[in-house]
Amino acid sequence: MKLLIHNGRVVDPLHGVDAVRDLHIVDGLVVAPARDFSADEIIDASGLIVCPGLVDLRARMRDPSPGHKATFESEGAAALAGGITTLCCPPDTEPVIDTPAIAERIRTRSARTLPAVYPLGALTRGLGGQQLADLATLDRAGCVGFSNGLQPLRDAQVQRRAMEYAASFGLTVFLHPEDAALRGNGVVHEGEISARLGLPGIPEAAETVAVARDLALVEYTGARVHLCQLTSLRALEMVSEARGRGLPVTADTAAHYLHLSERDIGFFDTHCHVRPPLRSLEDRDGLRSALRDGILSAVCSDHQPHEPDAKLTAFSHSEPGVSGLETLLALMMVLVEERQLSLTAAIATVTCGPAGLIGIDAGHLGSGALADVCLLDPGCRWILTAEGMISRGRNNPFIGREFGARVVRTLIAGETVFRLDAAGASYLSSANTR
Amino acid sequence: MTGGDIQFDRQGRLRHLLTLEGLSRQTILEILDLAESFISVGEREIKKVPLLRGKTILNLFFESSTRTRTTFEIAGKRLSADVINLNVNASAASKGETLLDTVRNLEAMHTDLFVVRHAESGVAYLVASHVPAHVHVINAGDGSHAHPTQALLDAFTIRRHKRAFNNLKVAIVGDMLHSRVARSQIQVLTTLGVRDLRVVAPKTLLPLKVDRLGVRPFTDLHAGIEGVDVIIALRLQRERMHGALIPSAQEYFDLFGLTPERLALAKPDAIVMHPGPINRGLEIDSEVADGSQSVILSQVTNGIAVRMAVMALILGPSVEARSG
Repeated sequence: MKLLIHNGRVVDPLHGVDAVRDLHIVDGLVVAPARDFSADEIIDASGLIVCPGLVDLRARMRDPSPGHKATFESEGAAALAGGITTLCCPPDTEPVIDTPAIAERIRTRSARTLPAVYPLGALTRGLGGQQLADLATLDRAGCVGFSNGLQPLRDAQVQRRAMEYAASFGLTVFLHPEDAALRGNGVVHEGEISARLGLPGIPEAAETVAVARDLALVEYTGARVHLCQLTSLRALEMVSEARGRGLPVTADTAAHYLHLSERDIGFFDTHCHVRPPLRSLEDRDGLRSALRDGILSAVCSDHQPHEPDAKLTAFSHSEPGVSGLETLLALMMVLVEERQLSLTAAIATVTCGPAGLIGIDAGHLGSGALADVCLLDPGCRWILTAEGMISRGRNNPFIGREFGARVVRTLIAGETVFRLDAAGASYLSSANTR
Repeated sequence: MTGGDIQFDRQGRLRHLLTLEGLSRQTILEILDLAESFISVGEREIKKVPLLRGKTILNLFFESSTRTRTTFEIAGKRLSADVINLNVNASAASKGETLLDTVRNLEAMHTDLFVVRHAESGVAYLVASHVPAHVHVINAGDGSHAHPTQALLDAFTIRRHKRAFNNLKVAIVGDMLHSRVARSQIQVLTTLGVRDLRVVAPKTLLPLKVDRLGVRPFTDLHAGIEGVDVIIALRLQRERMHGALIPSAQEYFDLFGLTPERLALAKPDAIVMHPGPINRGLEIDSEVADGSQSVILSQVTNGIAVRMAVMALILGPSVEARSG
């Protein structure tokens, strides 16, 4: 089976490619361009951007989970509509990913027509923060890193031991820097909005105190650490300084933090209830420049689908999180349109950047790579609506917003698994519709 | 996204009263003037006007209250509305019914106005953004966010004693961090033109960036109340001692309690206010609370007229019809 993606603007940041050219695919793999390529199928990509399928470093599929928020199939379809072909799922599922059985169960969910899923294993058993999970065993079962999810490690000694143990086997530890006591019962950034709305605040120090501890322990144990979802300018400066000293630390943020600030909460918009909280405009701008400077090496969706009731309640009682799979790439393209970021850099943070962090062969279009490809129309204006979303969670603060670029086709191993029809409505390949 | 403008209908009339943020000076003065005209109603033999006859008002209190609920009830009854009180603390919530389901059920009983109190900030907004167009909502206090009718009655009380707002010096003393009353007072007083507005408390009881609200923070009571025309003491919840916000009731009273000696630092004709309920000997000395400069009880009386004014403005016939 020979597929030709013809005349698109191929953007492959890992190989420094940004040129209008053909992409040749044979039996699901990208091959070097050949002069006499007699394709069985030709996709005309004129005017489109052809980039690697996205790698989302953090997406909660709510599966396994006893709740009714979503399933792997519903969220997998949403991911494909967002151009995401690989995703990494945190261990805070139910049951928690702390046994090889659960890890393998998640690994094998990646069918041929759904995104590939890589689990993060639990750092401590049941995410309880006391006893280490079987890290090496979980590593062999396919976990690409270890995390305690959003459960902070209260005990610094447990954190130190976990990091030392992980370092013994070259495993990467993913940490969500947040000091539990300083967060307290807070739900928004402590600043002008908490002052105005009378909502309990989470100080910036909840993040910086934790980052300081994390960095001190990286220095002490030599563990390779990835800091998840940084939100404050000050924390970014600390990470930048640590990287300058050669510490093995990387960091990411989620797309919504690059676009929203505490002010978007307006009058208690629970769709802007996220954890950690949206911070000030200065922090948002700091995140954007950290992206340009390479201090942040990935941007993820931090997808957290919720049922409507989870957001239809008092702000403090609402569940935090954004259903973000379908807007990850669109939001990165907004930064490109606003000249905040080059196209290559924007694509890199959602493809080879995150792939490199978890050490997988994905997120690029080099010869021999699996042909996971995203076709993006950079001239397609569309408005995100709740009804138009594929994810079972319609909790997205960008509903009603107009975007200037849209995923029109997604391929996994050379097979089209998502395609936007001419009317702008999306349809899914039969394998994905249930 | 829910915006501040859901308070107004398409003609710019007040549809709900959820916060004083975004209310113009003109609207606030209209409410205060209307309240002035209702003061006499309470002093008559027959304390009733037929403005809201046939309307149903539901006091929906998810958090207990005596003064606020009672004055809303009296205000509604003096306007001839049917008033029903519902305390939801224990009933629906404990059966797992969501807040909006509770509201929808009560709405099906043809309620015209919900007066809502809830322990969480933002609930009045949530309710107002989910009721049909003909149903109105008044916020009777939501978490630490807003208590607009309380702040309006405070402004009304100040105006009755002081007239012009722009030369006033006003000090709000106490737990501003958790106070919906203080947040609404700051909005009403800055809108009415008060230029010297202070909040006085230890930093643990002041919001970070409180200066963005248009007030000057003081951590020293003496400096904070020196030469002021109005002192508003806020209630201090006793549980604040547990969150390491203040060391003890004794130390708090020593530093921030309003005593006759301290009151002497303010202008000789300064008035003392408190939204109630008072903690005698914690934030205010009995001698001050009951003294000649205290207007605490007139606040309560004025509260009825102000709540009548808000209800009449939101639910009653249009202004033209009233004056005609």
